[in-house]
Amino acid sequence: MAVGPASVARASLAGRATSRRSLLERESVFSWVMLAPGVLFLLAFVAYPFVYGIFISLQDRRVASPGSFVGLANFVAQAQDAVFWQVTRNTFIYTIVATFLKMTGGLAMALVINQQFRGKNLARALLLLPFIVPTVLSTVAWMWIFDPTFSVINWTLRHTGLVTENFSWLGNATLALVSIIIVNTWRGLPFYGITLLAGLQTISPDLYEAAAIDGASVTQRFWHITMPVIKPVLIIVTMFSVIFTFSDFQLPYILTHGGPANATHLFATYAFDIGMSAGQLGMGAAVALAMLPALGLLIVALTLYLRRE
Amino acid sequence: MVGGKGLGARTLRLYLPLGFFLVAMLFPFYWMAITSIKPNRELYSQKIMPLVVHQPTLTHYIELFDGTNFLTWTYNTMLVAVVTTVVSLVLGVMLGYPLARMNFPGAAIVAIGVAATYLVPQPLLFIPMADIINRLDLGNTLSAVMLTYPTLLIPFCAWLLMGYFKSVPRELEEAARIDGATRFQAMLRVVLPLCTPGLLSAGIFAFTLAQNEFLYALIFLTKSEVRTVPVGAITELIRGDVFYWGQLMAAALLGSIPVAIIYSFFVDYYVAGLTAGSVKN
Repeated sequence: MAVGPASVARASLAGRATSRRSLLERESVFSWVMLAPGVLFLLAFVAYPFVYGIFISLQDRRVASPGSFVGLANFVAQAQDAVFWQVTRNTFIYTIVATFLKMTGGLAMALVINQQFRGKNLARALLLLPFIVPTVLSTVAWMWIFDPTFSVINWTLRHTGLVTENFSWLGNATLALVSIIIVNTWRGLPFYGITLLAGLQTISPDLYEAAAIDGASVTQRFWHITMPVIKPVLIIVTMFSVIFTFSDFQLPYILTHGGPANATHLFATYAFDIGMSAGQLGMGAAVALAMLPALGLLIVALTLYLRRE
Repeated sequence: MVGGKGLGARTLRLYLPLGFFLVAMLFPFYWMAITSIKPNRELYSQKIMPLVVHQPTLTHYIELFDGTNFLTWTYNTMLVAVVTTVVSLVLGVMLGYPLARMNFPGAAIVAIGVAATYLVPQPLLFIPMADIINRLDLGNTLSAVMLTYPTLLIPFCAWLLMGYFKSVPRELEEAARIDGATRFQAMLRVVLPLCTPGLLSAGIFAFTLAQNEFLYALIFLTKSEVRTVPVGAITELIRGDVFYWGQLMAAALLGSIPVAIIYSFFVDYYVAGLTAGSVKN
């Protein structure tokens, strides 16, 4: 981004030479004229709602009534509510387990596709499909796959003789959490896989040959050649994925609506239930903001990391 | 590479795991497709083998088109996706260009601000946003989503494009300016054409993200005529405890096709965007 003094001088010289250069040709004026619409838009529709959300969370506001200032009462009420802590626990389990599965599975996928074979590009395109198809629509298919009576998983398990009773995938508290983790992993794994593949493709095969000749084992080659190259990609991809898994809404909303008995409520779906379905805007905003400490740390870390890149 | 060269080793290292990934990733789409053409008799039977269709039927598609506003939802989804993609691309260029190529006071703060807004997830904003849209009296209009989707797309486009803008040599722009082009003309005629791959990547991504959006559409669009495909399907093909599975799958399949077609034409740009920007999911 830095412009050397030489080029600035050259620009201003050129500016004087052609007399019709207007104010708009000055670097800072041009920049700010270009930036203004976008910056104003983001201030109005991201920064302002963010601050306004904090303001709402300090009120006992309901839909269609003005509400009054209650300080931290909403946050205190949540901290004393067992459901809130269950939601916190669900969100952390969901994020940690799904991220681990997506990371290891994605790495495995990348290593598999990185081999030489015919139809590689087609395979890559097909494997990325879960990530590009609208989440709600693919989750509907999963809902049918997990149907209590007609689940194809149950049918297969029964007919191979592995079980005799149907699993209630979305009706049992533990299985429901497992189910939303499976679907999140299914959707996010190719994102890891394909981005890590791009990282792997920058490694020269010569390196592996040389290491093999020097007697390095497969594991050693992985940790000393592969890992260092893909580490920056892995860090960025993981941080992105953690941010959006932690704040996931669509998937649990469609698949379980947070049930059974709050077993799969995440912060986002719980905030939606309280703020939108029950109309307690202030309380809902407080639940959404409860994501901020963990999320804020991640956002700051990733922003700094991206800036450094 | 080094290691076993035999067919056995290759099966173990390549064909088996590749087959596993392909089946795992594509099975839900297969399931979606065959469910949409199964007659109800096959859908709701525990006896009939469910993995294939025995007597395919288009009933669910006919009912979807006759009984719901599916075509309107599709039109709404497309219209919103196209408008928001264009708006976000234009504003993304206007943000990304100075940030990537100019030296001016406040640049660092704007760059950090754009990166941060890119990372702020929707669930943090939807409650205040609902109130703002109400106060603007935009409930149940497509303007509500056209206004809010760019909040997700602009920072992404700007961030992705910055990388491409930075890669164009400064000399090209300076040469154009010495030849009498204004800064704006130099951008439009010299730098932007060289960044066509970046514009394509950003555009395809923005389009996909716009099609994928659900939360704002769910909150702002409560009348059938203004709904998008995901919201329409979820709210009108599931009534209470009754799930119209055949129609749901038909809607899901048809709703996925536009994205899938665009994606199939531009896979490489999509992957380039994915790796350059890393992306919201």
